[in-house]
Amino acid sequence: MHLIEIEGLAKSFGPIEAVRGVSFSVNRGEVLGFLGPNGAGKSTTMKMLAGFLTPTAGWARICGHDVVTDGLAARRRLGYLPEGAPAYPDMAAGDFLMFIARIRGYRGAEARRVVADAVARVELGAVFNQPIETLSKGFKRRVGLAQALLHDPDVLILDEPTDGLDPNQKHHVRELIAGMAQTKAIIISTHILEEVDAVCTRAMVIAGGRVLVDGTPAELEARSPYHHAVYVRTIGAVPDVIIAELTALPQVRRVEPSGRADDPGVYVLPSGDADTAAYVRHLFGLRGVTVAELRVERGRLDGVFRDITQAAA
Amino acid sequence: MRTVGVIFRRELAAYFTTPVAYVFIVIFLVLAGALTFYVGNFFERGQADLQAFFDFHPWLYLFLIPALSMRLWAEERKSGSLEMLLTLPVTVPQAVLGKFLAAWVFVGIALALTVPLWLTVNYLGHPDNGVILGGYVGSFLMAGAFLSIGAACSALSKSQVIAFVISAAVCFLFIAMGSRIVLGPVQTVLPTWLLQTVTSLSFLDHFSGIARGQVAFSDVIFFGSVMALFLFANTLLVELKKAD
Repeated sequence: MHLIEIEGLAKSFGPIEAVRGVSFSVNRGEVLGFLGPNGAGKSTTMKMLAGFLTPTAGWARICGHDVVTDGLAARRRLGYLPEGAPAYPDMAAGDFLMFIARIRGYRGAEARRVVADAVARVELGAVFNQPIETLSKGFKRRVGLAQALLHDPDVLILDEPTDGLDPNQKHHVRELIAGMAQTKAIIISTHILEEVDAVCTRAMVIAGGRVLVDGTPAELEARSPYHHAVYVRTIGAVPDVIIAELTALPQVRRVEPSGRADDPGVYVLPSGDADTAAYVRHLFGLRGVTVAELRVERGRLDGVFRDITQAAA
Repeated sequence: MRTVGVIFRRELAAYFTTPVAYVFIVIFLVLAGALTFYVGNFFERGQADLQAFFDFHPWLYLFLIPALSMRLWAEERKSGSLEMLLTLPVTVPQAVLGKFLAAWVFVGIALALTVPLWLTVNYLGHPDNGVILGGYVGSFLMAGAFLSIGAACSALSKSQVIAFVISAAVCFLFIAMGSRIVLGPVQTVLPTWLLQTVTSLSFLDHFSGIARGQVAFSDVIFFGSVMALFLFANTLLVELKKAD
């Protein structure tokens, strides 16, 4: 059984169709990254999964429980971090987590144990007794994360878990998510593309309320024209003759300048799956031009993201 | 029921971790005292009872209760914590009940702190303590009815100011339901049975009986029904408005 199942899920706010028929399922061990421009319907989809919004059409199940007709059971199996990690600002972080533990049905020593566990996992110990409103953005987000994973749920839905965090905190949260990935089904939304690469096993591009692409981050990268492109830099500008010769190769689709004034290098874009790097290296050697730097690009996710979402708009 | 209890405890504790509780209690006690002694002429009446004290309660509640209830839902919606709360294994009726009960018990605490007044009349004379107890019960019930109205109005808007103004207006309607201010303009148009029905909804009428020591079953039922009705409306409004 899939831990998360969604079929034909749609939501309209009056005349605005925020989500128009989204269907997918997520297995244990998968980390699904929701990508999409602002207003794409990512948060709305997550809110429906979490049982906060009622779908206009379609259905969703968490661990086999329908989020509308069996919402309480679904929400028991779910950890959800809403966008912006809202909490009760007047409460101390520890008191807030104790409240969540009690709502989740833990009592006494057991409640203290699950809170202590969650606090340790997100490294919140230093601010345990501080009111949430006095915490930095990073700590606030961690309080929200602790709240979501306190009961060790099978399904985690995290709306922009690293938004507003500094690079160290981002790294820490990604490690945390990666550490839980094996045993849970996780959905995160983000517009940071490197995050998809760092933690997700699957990426889904959503725009205009529809799923446009659903694949692995590698498949997404493969859609980039820079996928397996070879970057070459010589000392001084790359000679025009070599560029002409490269362009003439059947394995090469196009040669592009790096696009930066201080960078004399060029990108050699392959046609098909050819191992262009070998040809490039060989040609430069043949012409006696010293190569200062040569690397194979993986593909640019931001370009792919732009192409996909703008084509849909 | 356990979930209601958890929400109740958090809400009640929240009053005391912020200045809300202390400001409310101090203002309530000062106003209740001042009205009783200066406007109600507690001493000049020369009677050992708390009539002068209870008579002002509807008017005290008229603006103090909306001030207490305005934040119940408006604040949660504004800060987004409502999304967090309702995506926990909590149903809307549980949240409504937990919040309401906490606010009601809080008003009960404020009311209980007026005990020195009761001690004073007992020191000065020999009041009918049964009547006084009835007054307290009635005042507590009426406060609950006002609170349920305020809680429902708080679910209407993200703005606490709007919630306050609307609740105060609705509470005023219920206080003055039988009076000329409310009925004057329509008195000649409405059929008698309707006028009587509207008049019978007046908090003032139901409370004045209780405040004089006649705790009628019908008055208890009346305030209970008002609470049930508005808490039901509150539940619907939260469901309806949560996504806005």
